[in-house]
Amino acid sequence: MSAAAPSVTTGRTISLASVAKGNSWTLGLIGFLALLLVFTKLIQPSYGVTGVQGLAISVLPLALAAVAQAIVVISGGIDLSIGAMMALTSVVSATLMKGQTDEFGVVVVVGVLLLGLLLGAVNGALVVVTRVPDIVVTLAMSFVWAGCALLVLKTPGGGSAQWLKDLVSGSLGNEWIPKAAVVLISVVALVWIPLRRSRLGLSIYAIGSNRLAAFRSGVPVGRTRIIAYVLTGLFAALGGLSLTASTGIGTPVPGPYTLMSVAAVVLGGVALSGGRGGVFGAIVAVMVLQLIRTDMTFLRVNTNLAVVAQGAILIGVVMIGSLIQLRRARG
Amino acid sequence: MTLTSTDLLLEATGVSKTYGAVVALKAASLAVRPGEVHALMGANGAGKSTLVKILTGAVHPDGGRIAVRGRERVVHSPAEARHGGLVSVYQEPALIPDLDIRANLRLTETPLEPFRHWLAELGLGDLDLSSQARRMPLASLRIIDLARAMAIEPDVLMLDEMTATLPANLTERVLEVVGRQRDDDRSVIFISHRMIEIAAVCDRATVLREGETVGVVDVTAGSEERIVELMLGQAVDEMPAIADRTATAERHPEARARLSARGIAAGTKLHDVSFDLYPGEVLGVVALEGQGQDELFDVLAGSRRPDGGELLVDGAPVSFHHPADAIRAGLVYIPADRAEALLMQRSVRENIALPMITRLVRWGPIDASDERKKVEGGISTLQIDTRAGGEVRRLSGGNQQKVTIARWVAGGVRTMLCFDPTRGIDIRTKQQIYLLLRDLAESGAAVLLYTSELKEVQLVCDRAIVIFGGRVVAEVAVADADEPALLRAAYNLKSDAVMPEFAAAEVIADSEAAAAGAPRSEP
Repeated sequence: MSAAAPSVTTGRTISLASVAKGNSWTLGLIGFLALLLVFTKLIQPSYGVTGVQGLAISVLPLALAAVAQAIVVISGGIDLSIGAMMALTSVVSATLMKGQTDEFGVVVVVGVLLLGLLLGAVNGALVVVTRVPDIVVTLAMSFVWAGCALLVLKTPGGGSAQWLKDLVSGSLGNEWIPKAAVVLISVVALVWIPLRRSRLGLSIYAIGSNRLAAFRSGVPVGRTRIIAYVLTGLFAALGGLSLTASTGIGTPVPGPYTLMSVAAVVLGGVALSGGRGGVFGAIVAVMVLQLIRTDMTFLRVNTNLAVVAQGAILIGVVMIGSLIQLRRARG
Repeated sequence: MTLTSTDLLLEATGVSKTYGAVVALKAASLAVRPGEVHALMGANGAGKSTLVKILTGAVHPDGGRIAVRGRERVVHSPAEARHGGLVSVYQEPALIPDLDIRANLRLTETPLEPFRHWLAELGLGDLDLSSQARRMPLASLRIIDLARAMAIEPDVLMLDEMTATLPANLTERVLEVVGRQRDDDRSVIFISHRMIEIAAVCDRATVLREGETVGVVDVTAGSEERIVELMLGQAVDEMPAIADRTATAERHPEARARLSARGIAAGTKLHDVSFDLYPGEVLGVVALEGQGQDELFDVLAGSRRPDGGELLVDGAPVSFHHPADAIRAGLVYIPADRAEALLMQRSVRENIALPMITRLVRWGPIDASDERKKVEGGISTLQIDTRAGGEVRRLSGGNQQKVTIARWVAGGVRTMLCFDPTRGIDIRTKQQIYLLLRDLAESGAAVLLYTSELKEVQLVCDRAIVIFGGRVVAEVAVADADEPALLRAAYNLKSDAVMPEFAAAEVIADSEAAAAGAPRSEP
């Protein structure tokens, strides 16, 4: 006890410093987002409450997809079936909820979240048991889940319980606080923060960082990998529900969410090799990507050119961010 | 003998390099004459590897000048250095794992005939060049790497811990071939932690400490002491607390073994190993490379299922399906390769906290204050320098190894399985680890220690078993476990048998009497 006393202070300083350093990427990204907001206001003086509301609603499904991707990438894997899982969960919820009571809607939501867990478990189990590379398994499963979505619903349709739609539209108290943002923050806070502080969370980071070392340390590697996919499935289902809630219907064709989630994860400072980063950076990255798209519209940039520009900006931001970190590591 | 600087083959002066806040080299200088084997010495983190990387163009220095044969050179890349006659063999074999040896040679444009010649000289003449690098043992890969470097006849050959992972017979060949380089006025820069090799093969030694050259020593009989003094920067304490430990080696005869192995067999190398490990002792395991010790430790640590035999912990039979089972039974494993044990990108805190997750079955939140107490206990017990603690990969090798040990000590350890825990780390850290292992034993833990440095057995162990060909061939009491005796046993030689030349040259000279009394199997 007495021997540990002097090192307590050093230990705290180091952990504080490392916390600041660990989040420097996210902090920088938030700064970039703030700049973008100022820029948006400059080019479009009318951008205000409606704009923020719109941003929050449009960001919600993609942010949930990014969180889903971030978790599996941190564990050292990747999931290319997130968009398809979102489509499947969305059409299932829309089909079941159409014309039903609000109470039944609650049952459907819970059921769809369980479905998300199941889809993730299938993905994870296939990756771990068959030892086929995760990128192959999840790509193949993305066809399976997308096909299932079309089996459930051939064309966009179905409906959503009113309370679910109300959950994401409008604002809470102050008009500057969109409900969609509150939902996003509370869902992530409810799942991610306890996870990050738990032994399971440390295990997920551990298997992403060095699988052999984690194995030797007694971490059940296979089980932890499956759990990471299960959590990804859960967030994909939340994303699917948010699609149903914001559009009021289910769409069987997957949106661009899979690859956008990968982009957001990279931009958000999660290492594709695993073991580094967190979900908050990915969420901020989604907002940045969405705002860039909005600005392009305001600037009346040709839509096709806007997509090109978005890709270029993605590379530019990641490159500049890496250069700054490199410079700091040297300086 | 006086030499002007133009007579020098390689001269580096005032070389400096910083990585962020870490100063790797402050003012390093190195002067290599033609036809000498020059040792580059220094504790871990002294800057040896950085200096070698600068000389071979892998790293760009911040300052200083490098001259080859009196002409100033700026080396931009390893390829450029190769053309200039500077070639290095790094600690990690630089062979592409998925290519066969022939393709690897083509990749570096290595001429085949000289390569075959050197391979034969180095004792691997029968190598099949079409075999994949991935499937070859580490020792062979290092020899191939060396032969590949020698095949292009470099002026200056740099060997970074070349012998660290080699078995004794290959070490002998390497040292002999390295020594012969000087006949052709070529030079070798030789980095090794093994003083005995420095004495055997080197002419002079440059000693680095904390990024500065602190001295150049002619290597003669007795110069080891001077080199170590320079490396440590203080008087050498020759393991102070170890001497009076014989008392603790006495154990109660009725004590029950913490860990018993009965006829363990695994794979093609491990056939029949039995031993008892008692609480309060450090049991040494001595073996040449590839005698089944790797498999034995994998089995004990739960990473591999044995093909036969029985394991008992505290007298009860156990069967491990996963390292977590072994950890639960109190068996923790310290590998030689830190990359197998650590999450290099994560913090010291997380690395120490990681294995504790298996201690509690529940997946609830980590008790932050309890965890911090344990982590800080581990850090202070092992005196880990955590200035770069945010990411373990920024720590020096010695500090990394301390983290791998601290993580288990922090949780309270019953049985520790150490596989060459001091490989490639500096003397000061080694001594700390020796003392720690003794402390653990004295507080009732059982320690199994495989070591490739035979000297460690007498420093740390209470007794040692010798494994040869996958079987225990001898048990040696610590009093008899000097290097010649252990080496004989490791080669499975009877005392009247002929010793290999290398072993004889290395150890017999100064302890003829001890060798004569080499032990056979003692019960």
